Amino acid sequence: MSEVQLRYKTQAVAKPYFIAAIGLFVGQVIFGLIMGLQYVVGDFLFPEIPFNVARMVHTNLLIVWLLFGFMGAAYFLVPEEAERDIPSPKLALALFWIFLVAGALTIVGYLAVPYATLAKITGNDLLPTMGREFLEQPTITKIGIVIVVLGFIYNIGLTILAGRKTVINIVLLTGLVGLAVMFLFSFYNPDNLVLDKYFWWWVVHLWVEGVWELILGSILAYVLIKTTGVDREVIDKWLYVIIAAALITGIIGTGHHYFWIGTPVYWTWLGSVFSALEPIPFFMMTIFAFNMVNKRRKQHPNKAAVLWAMGTGVMAFLGAGVWGFMHTLAPVNYYTHGTQVTAAHGHMAFYGAYAMIVMTIISYAMPKLRGLPAMNNRAQVMEMWSFWLMTVAMVFITLFLTAAGILQVWLQRYQPNALPFMAAQDQVAIFYWCREGAGVIFFIGLLCYIGSFFVKGDNNGTAAAVVPG
Amino acid sequence: MSEIFTKSMARNIYLGGSVFFVLVFLGLTFDTTQRLPKTDNRANLTEQVALGKMVWERNNCIGCHTLLGEGAYFAPELGNVYQRFGQSKEAIKGFIKSRPVDGIPGRRSMPQFNLTEEELDAIAEFLKYSSEINTNNWPPNING
Repeated sequence: MSEVQLRYKTQAVAKPYFIAAIGLFVGQVIFGLIMGLQYVVGDFLFPEIPFNVARMVHTNLLIVWLLFGFMGAAYFLVPEEAERDIPSPKLALALFWIFLVAGALTIVGYLAVPYATLAKITGNDLLPTMGREFLEQPTITKIGIVIVVLGFIYNIGLTILAGRKTVINIVLLTGLVGLAVMFLFSFYNPDNLVLDKYFWWWVVHLWVEGVWELILGSILAYVLIKTTGVDREVIDKWLYVIIAAALITGIIGTGHHYFWIGTPVYWTWLGSVFSALEPIPFFMMTIFAFNMVNKRRKQHPNKAAVLWAMGTGVMAFLGAGVWGFMHTLAPVNYYTHGTQVTAAHGHMAFYGAYAMIVMTIISYAMPKLRGLPAMNNRAQVMEMWSFWLMTVAMVFITLFLTAAGILQVWLQRYQPNALPFMAAQDQVAIFYWCREGAGVIFFIGLLCYIGSFFVKGDNNGTAAAVVPG
Repeated sequence: MSEIFTKSMARNIYLGGSVFFVLVFLGLTFDTTQRLPKTDNRANLTEQVALGKMVWERNNCIGCHTLLGEGAYFAPELGNVYQRFGQSKEAIKGFIKSRPVDGIPGRRSMPQFNLTEEELDAIAEFLKYSSEINTNNWPPNING
């Protein structure tokens, strides 16, 4: 077995970030299964864990594990790109523990006391920011997030400014700074509901359909350079074009959230036209990943990482691109807004774009962080099984939710004698059961994924000895 | 992509395109905020409505319901609940007050939040205010 050393020793701080990301991912899926069951067995765990609490845990864990993943990715790839160590690995580790403990305390707070009590004991009255979708964290947690991200950007930013400036580095840094800046809008919570909603989207939309795409693009570009050996010039050019398309369509594309919340009518046109173009950058990502792999100049021993990279391209396009487009035009959205169609899109888009890119970089980096060029073959086979189980399960979750959503629109909003909300929900229950089944398969896939890290093989690193990563 | 299309051209499209659209977006945002008084029902944004929004937030209502279509899809849309409940704030208050503590066997049920009379009045007023925002005729019907 050939031990490989990290090129820069401070890259090692990425490891706890990745481990925490995977751990929180497990928590997210468990709470997803709880919610899925509550959709059909309404009193499941009631009143101990009401649906709103389970949902908060589910979505907040998602956000936090993705942030852990992005940070781990940055700590791993920035030193290599900048050709120098980060200035303070101690700070990186301290921030890791602060973030983990603060996140855990927040989740415990959600589960242990009623939300109103949590708001009270964390002093929400002083600066009310709680109780808005995805931004449910106590204000003090939000301040903690800002501090952690600032310390993180200090570490990463100084490394990049002092070192080699590659396109990947700069784009990643731009994305991370954008992430931090847009999050500041979570502290703006006016009494005026329309203004509140308008700027709430500056966090939510301008994250996932804006600056996060820069982070996604740069991580994908990095892994493709490493695994395919394609010339950096070619990859840089793709990256620029992809992020150009993402921002040119995505910024005004925010308008697809401004159709029905009391904002001027012109947004129905602007939002429809620009967001209809939002699939373009995701389609380019698919082409990009497949093209680079086709043009590869070496056979990288980490086949699982290449699979994740290609999977990200495809699933991000399907989830964010196709499923987003499906309900983004204002006349369609008039009927689908706030239904299970949105939930379907949300699931596949988050999994395809962001969960998968984090698993791509973990798949590439984790063996190296453990001193291996790549995982042994048996471990990789198991990891690829987990890829297919999770990805196919997510396709089915999305299809079942889409079916539920279309029926919901028909029953509750379109047919002549339209039904009240709960009557329509009862009629589509079969699809919620199917979704829960697919969710169980997803969970099994996730367990396989974790299992793959512990599979011992007899050919550790043999393939890699020929072609070092 | 061929040699005719160079990396610096790609970079310029990225930089120029994003700066341009950031500025357009800021301009549109400025214009939107100028026009909002006509649609956002701010004339009825009283102290009580503001308190109602606080009650809405600190009980995490958005974790189950949608409000103007945004939120969770587990429970009914509330942007038009004031109309659905026959324009009756009392009906809204009565519903919230009457939720069984232990839920309803096998069914979804709203938790019992033990709101004070002042909070109940405020949340009802907030939902009335929300229902009078000009939403481009959304939702399509009374079911929300």
